Amino acid sequence: MITFDHLSKRYPNGREALTNVTFNVDRGEMVFLTGRSGAGKSTVLKLIALLERPTRGTVLVNGKNTGTLKARHIAAFRRQVGMVFQDHKLLLDRPVFDNVALPLVVAATPLKEIDRRVRAALDQVGLLGQERSLPLELSVGEQQRVGIARAVVSKPPVLIADEPTGNLDPDLSLEVMRLFRRFQDVGVTVIVATHDLHIVREFGQREIVLDNGRVHGQAVDSLPSLVATR
Amino acid sequence: MSLGVAGARHVQALLGSLGRLVRNPFATALTLLVIGLALALPTALRLFVINAQAATGGFVNAVDLSVYLKTDVPLAKAQLLAGSARERAEVADVTLIPADKALEEFRTYSGFGAALEALKDNPLPHLLHVRPRADASSAAALESLRRYFAAWPEVDLVQIDSDWVRRFNAILEVLRRLLVMAALLLGAGVLAVIGNTIRLEILNRRAEIEVTKLVGGSNAFVRRPFLYTGMLYGLGGALCAWAIVEAAVALLGEPVATLAKLYGSRYSLQGPSRDDITTLLGGGTVLGWLGAWISAARHLRSIQPRA
Repeated sequence: MITFDHLSKRYPNGREALTNVTFNVDRGEMVFLTGRSGAGKSTVLKLIALLERPTRGTVLVNGKNTGTLKARHIAAFRRQVGMVFQDHKLLLDRPVFDNVALPLVVAATPLKEIDRRVRAALDQVGLLGQERSLPLELSVGEQQRVGIARAVVSKPPVLIADEPTGNLDPDLSLEVMRLFRRFQDVGVTVIVATHDLHIVREFGQREIVLDNGRVHGQAVDSLPSLVATR
Repeated sequence: MSLGVAGARHVQALLGSLGRLVRNPFATALTLLVIGLALALPTALRLFVINAQAATGGFVNAVDLSVYLKTDVPLAKAQLLAGSARERAEVADVTLIPADKALEEFRTYSGFGAALEALKDNPLPHLLHVRPRADASSAAALESLRRYFAAWPEVDLVQIDSDWVRRFNAILEVLRRLLVMAALLLGAGVLAVIGNTIRLEILNRRAEIEVTKLVGGSNAFVRRPFLYTGMLYGLGGALCAWAIVEAAVALLGEPVATLAKLYGSRYSLQGPSRDDITTLLGGGTVLGWLGAWISAARHLRSIQPRA
């Protein structure tokens, strides 16, 4: 589903965030991306969501090469990738319903369908009945769940999350991770960047460890360059 | 995407833009007033040209010939000549102005009455005022008519009264050119005003634009509400301009009618025609759309989502 092949990413300021990274994530797999701050976790996610283009090497997401995708196809590509952020990136002046509906609205979904799917997504994250609340009227954990509902409402095949539990206490973190695993159970490919090693151990999913822009402990040019700790 | 869904999205974007404008009535009113004034000026100038043309309309197209007879031609002969002039196919009408009557008028209107008393004889000749048919008023036809009358032995001088017509048309041409220039300059002004307004709005809604692009909103989707906002500004400004012009016409109507009556004319001021209004509203809308498009193309590209 997601393939990084000898991928290097250098930012315009000259910093090389990723060096020769190679890994593969299968369809329906859930993977933790770990490593210290600045190890390159966020860059990996940005490359998957096509918020950044590769400098060298290739990134394939759902069969699409993000290095060569034309600019006018980026929007449609991003609808295939649900994104969850540490700061949830909700529109604070819009009610929960509007926030969750946004991916459907940009995809020209009929209004009735939007109504049905937003309710279904809110139900999945346990927030049914909060449609008319503004994000700031909710707790931090609830806000994060609104962000998750928005990420999955259009049923994208890929779900990526950047430190989704960074602002949550351990109980809420576990709850959020269980939510992600439920999406994996229905066939969604899930990649979660986190430095919360307790959670990673608790869930026992495959882990890709990044260190200073490289996949840790692997020869950089051997293809199965992944650290699998199950 | 079905046509119905696409239409619904446009209606949604339009209503959203309208709602945003209504929620900021003061800022919206100021912008509309600026655009309205900029559009009202060329519209008013155009009305001025049209009215100047209409007020003098009767003369502009009919060019008359003044046929001065020699001073020794008696009145009876002049009447005969007028009769034969009338028989020419190209001639629509001939008026004989006898020398006595001409002197009388001159005395009344020129202010030289006392000086004229000193004259023993009437120095003025009889005059035939010849109006050609409309289809014979081209420059060439007029010239051949002039030569025809000039060849009569009783005729002293034939004058074509077209000089002032040409001058008047030249003045109108200058005004028309000014109108085009004013329309271009003020149109550019409207583009700048709308472009800047849209730029500010884009900056205000930066977070929303970022998130929309993040969840897969295309550039067209993000741009759409701003284009509608621009079109609404343009249309609203044009409606303002229409109101301004109609108010000016209403205020000027009575004094202009009085002025025309003093000149013995029943002319009254014309307001903008339906075509003028259509052009004004359409032009305003297109300018608004274009200004928004230029601004959106420039500023939306610079807003890229960051994770």
